[in-house]
Amino acid sequence: MNTIHKSRRNFLKTAGAAAIGSTLPISLIELAFADTAENFTFAYISDAHIQHIEGTRFVRNWDRGLIRAVAETNLLVPKPDFVFFGGDLAQLGTKAELDHGAEIMSALRYKVHYVMGEHDYYLDLGDYWEQLFGAQYYSFNHKGVHFVVLNSIRTYDDWTFNRWPSNEQRMLEMAGLDNPNGSPFMVGEEQRNWLKSDLSKVAKTTPIVVLSHSPLQKIFKGWNFWTEDAEQIQALLKPFDKVSVIYGHVHQIQYNQIGNISFNSVMATAWPWPYPQSYAQAEQYLPKLTVPINRADPFFERDATGWQFINMNNGNIDLHYTLYNNTARSVIYNNKTKQPEDSAYQSEDARIPPQTHF
Amino acid sequence: MNLKLIKAILLLPSVLALAIPTASADEFTDTDLERWQQQFMGVVQQGRDLWTSPELGTNGVACAQCHPNAANTHPETYPKFQKQLGKVVPMWEMINWCLKNPLEGQPLAADDPKMTAIQAYVTHERRGVKLEPGKH
Repeated sequence: MNTIHKSRRNFLKTAGAAAIGSTLPISLIELAFADTAENFTFAYISDAHIQHIEGTRFVRNWDRGLIRAVAETNLLVPKPDFVFFGGDLAQLGTKAELDHGAEIMSALRYKVHYVMGEHDYYLDLGDYWEQLFGAQYYSFNHKGVHFVVLNSIRTYDDWTFNRWPSNEQRMLEMAGLDNPNGSPFMVGEEQRNWLKSDLSKVAKTTPIVVLSHSPLQKIFKGWNFWTEDAEQIQALLKPFDKVSVIYGHVHQIQYNQIGNISFNSVMATAWPWPYPQSYAQAEQYLPKLTVPINRADPFFERDATGWQFINMNNGNIDLHYTLYNNTARSVIYNNKTKQPEDSAYQSEDARIPPQTHF
Repeated sequence: MNLKLIKAILLLPSVLALAIPTASADEFTDTDLERWQQQFMGVVQQGRDLWTSPELGTNGVACAQCHPNAANTHPETYPKFQKQLGKVVPMWEMINWCLKNPLEGQPLAADDPKMTAIQAYVTHERRGVKLEPGKH
């Protein structure tokens, strides 16, 4: 725990070395600019999957993940300006789950911005979630950065409105990650029009940070590591100098660079997911750049969750990962190759056996 | 021995073969193959149903929550030295570990039809991957 009491300066120095003693299952993100007075950090917690059993019983394992993240986020020094929650607070979108999750989150001493996940959405299409947390998509400015939150887990209207005899079944069908009855995620026309109009008021030199639940790039359709209209969203973001997309849903570390857009995923507090290449029966497109985290050890309940802080210097994103029971990792934007690269493991020769997923 | 008797003895096996409907041990037809495959896929489907069932354990957690399409289970590597158990184990022992821990349920007997079905499903999802017993 001593790490999080250090000053940011020491924190940054220490994180580059491998010797961080404690780990946080949250993401501390620093946006650094030429004017250091404008620098700020925010924390990122995602994919808690609070799961109701019955009565007052919830799945202990997932509860513990979120409770720990909230407690550790409260200890951050320097204090983050705000916290993002990246979606899937609930497992089956019920009031019991959203209320229980909101209660755990209420212990946070910071303003929280919420992103919608499919597990929050498909029971009542976000009605109760909106009552608790506000709009499903929105934007705001903070210290010179334009933040955009999208609900990227919508899908075809026919699937949402005509396919299922009950809302409960619709929720169950979408909750199964590998369920062939599911449907591809998308942002959809309504939000694309809104995004176009929202961005039209923003200077092209303003750094843009987009927050979505699903990746706004196409990785593996079978598990919805995928957004159907990703290319259209990317096209709207293309005119800006510096764009970062941060997403949850995948429960693992991924990173990529497409043109001017950097993509980074955040970890889950609940459980890790396999990398798509470990499913032998389907094609997938994990970004070649991504060096996976070590394969999870299920005997350590919180293994393969972790935290990263993101240092955004002149619009280029550097990530510093610390992982439970694993060596810290750094992914630094390389100005020569114009892409993020792992400082230790990027070269094929440098990788270690636990990073091989099969 | 007269000729009629010799003929009768020679004919006997074929007459028996016609009289008893079972095929010879080394003979089977496309229909047989189809039926056996159907039997197998039926058990695979039972395994898939168990894999996605919130009823298998006691807390509503399903195997598929952490292992979509049974990924990251590596049936082709068993038996192997399971470092967390400190010994070489067949896959069903690791399945039982998951039933007891993340699912907070009861272990199954090695020959429980549910255990057979789960292993059939997991192995079917890894079809085509080469056997690598002992690989970690």
